[in-house]
Amino acid sequence: MSGNEAAMTLRPGLKAWLMTDTPISGWQAGWGRAYRGWRAFARNPIGLVGLAIVLLLLFCAAFAPLIATADPTVQDLSLRLQPSSADHWLGTDRMGRDTFSALVYGSRVTLYIVVLVLVISAPIGLLVGSTAGYVGGWTDKVLMRITDIFFSFPRLVLALAFVASLGPGLNNAIIAIALTAWPAYARVAHAETLAVRKSDFIAAVRTQGAGNWRIILRHVMPLSLPSVIVRATLDMAGVILTAAGLGFLGLGAQPPTPEWGAMISVGRENILDQWWVAAVPGVAIFVVSLGFNLLGDGLRDVLDPKTT
Amino acid sequence: MSKPATASASAVATLPAESSTSFLHGARRLLLTGGGLLFSVAVTFFGLLVITFVIGRLMPIDPVLSAVGDRASVATYNQVKAEMGLNLPVWHQFLIYAWKVLHGNFGASILTARPVLEDLIRVFPATAEMATVAIIIGIVLGIPLGVWAAVYRNSLLDYIMRVLGLIGYSVPIFWLGIMGLLVFYLELEWVGGPGRLDVYLDGNVPTVTGFILIDSVIAGNWEVFSNAFSHIILPATLLGYYSLAYISRMTRSLMLEQLNQEYLITARVKGVSERRVVWRHAFGNIQVALITVCALAFANILEGSVLTETVFAWPGIGRYITTALLAADMNAVLGGTIVVGLVYVGLNLLSDILYRIVDPRAR
Repeated sequence: MSGNEAAMTLRPGLKAWLMTDTPISGWQAGWGRAYRGWRAFARNPIGLVGLAIVLLLLFCAAFAPLIATADPTVQDLSLRLQPSSADHWLGTDRMGRDTFSALVYGSRVTLYIVVLVLVISAPIGLLVGSTAGYVGGWTDKVLMRITDIFFSFPRLVLALAFVASLGPGLNNAIIAIALTAWPAYARVAHAETLAVRKSDFIAAVRTQGAGNWRIILRHVMPLSLPSVIVRATLDMAGVILTAAGLGFLGLGAQPPTPEWGAMISVGRENILDQWWVAAVPGVAIFVVSLGFNLLGDGLRDVLDPKTT
Repeated sequence: MSKPATASASAVATLPAESSTSFLHGARRLLLTGGGLLFSVAVTFFGLLVITFVIGRLMPIDPVLSAVGDRASVATYNQVKAEMGLNLPVWHQFLIYAWKVLHGNFGASILTARPVLEDLIRVFPATAEMATVAIIIGIVLGIPLGVWAAVYRNSLLDYIMRVLGLIGYSVPIFWLGIMGLLVFYLELEWVGGPGRLDVYLDGNVPTVTGFILIDSVIAGNWEVFSNAFSHIILPATLLGYYSLAYISRMTRSLMLEQLNQEYLITARVKGVSERRVVWRHAFGNIQVALITVCALAFANILEGSVLTETVFAWPGIGRYITTALLAADMNAVLGGTIVVGLVYVGLNLLSDILYRIVDPRAR
């Protein structure tokens, strides 16, 4: 701890502290590894662009009320379908709602979807994949077969069927997407677990008396994390596109929640004369999924170099 | 002909082809693990039945109540519940459900008041036709472009292909469809609008295959053919673009793995022309893996067609599902899901069979 504080005041010292070949504590080694990872990541301009886009999304979501120029739910029919102007930077929709502000607030919805899907599906996938890989035998066969079954069905169609049954709405859409998203993580975690389960350090932990769950949760799952993170980042683009698709069909976020997919669906009705109403949210979806794709590619190069 | 070169190539190729397929874990591994193809198909189908059964029961709406109305007496309610089989244990209900589905009985659609199976048979050719045109576009363009991108790695072409691929992975297809209609139909008037045909041409050719492009050729009606073509080309190109992005990316990475192999150096040293080295030796070794890639691409097209059909008012299975969805027509939704799932299973099976035919090691 104190070593770190001393290093903070001396910047060259901080770098030396991070880059040292002989870290004193595991903590220092961890920070050093993160720093080296960051340096490798920062060498890749494409990954940085992705990171910038994702950070921009976070920024918009965090400070939406400050950035937005108007309340995105306020309707003003006298100002409907306006083109871009000083008052309405990206024009207005057919209810006279400000598109730019809806876009900014929509970033919250997108982030909400992405985070919740990740929080639900990644742990399920990790647990299923690690358990199957570590325990092996019938457990492995059954769990991975279930994973395969989920994996081999069309994701959007399955999500549609789930939403049809649960009823339209943002939270149901998230549940539906998460239910179709976990098998990918299970696959990754399974492969990673198979690679380490016979390792000496696992055997060492076992001889120390650790139970199966402790080994899976504390020693196997953390090793799958980098691959799962890469997979998740790349998957986020797919999640955003699926969510936008559900929103477009009217099955995701319900009005007046400003959701980008639903905004396209509204703008579509005036496509001939006011094309920008539908065009603008599509660009937002595109940019954000592109950001996650680029970030994922960059992270993969750093965390998981063998697959490139 | 340099016989030894090909012999050594196939001997060395065993390893790289093995590793190149390992990351295509998608469809094929499902079928190869466990015992036998049929067993796998049966298990997957069983899974599909379970999932759709569960989805059907998740509904927060009481199906009995919606059938009898909320003024019915308790006696009527119980009687209808018994008639619908809902008082049976869940496993019994599932068996009844599975039995019905296996006999093609998906129940009746609320929207069309017809058996769901009949509806699905009617709308399926429209989707199949669009998906077929799309996959042809994806394969015919995607494979050569992927090979060239690998051969001329880091060239302008490679760069353009990577950007096109990234865009394909990031852009919402329904939005691209709307913008495509705006530009190419409303503004430029290059293509036909939504639907499969202009209304005045509907029903002008007898249905033989259900593919209007083929039926119109059989009937010799070229007006219908060109009209159908102008309608199908835009949605099929969009779907084809997505599979092009996927196929070319996979082809590129499969090719890159081969191009680093030593057997190609051997071939070059022996004086084999560069073209032959690329297309015969390297490409020859990725064909097997490409079958799986193309099957997955086709499956993705089917999925993408759900949203594309909605945008283009294309009377196929995707639009059938989404329309049924908005009307809470659960029988139709589940029937459509099962059929799409079955096509997925069928594609997996097909790619596996082809794989066994093409790959000498799997025979």
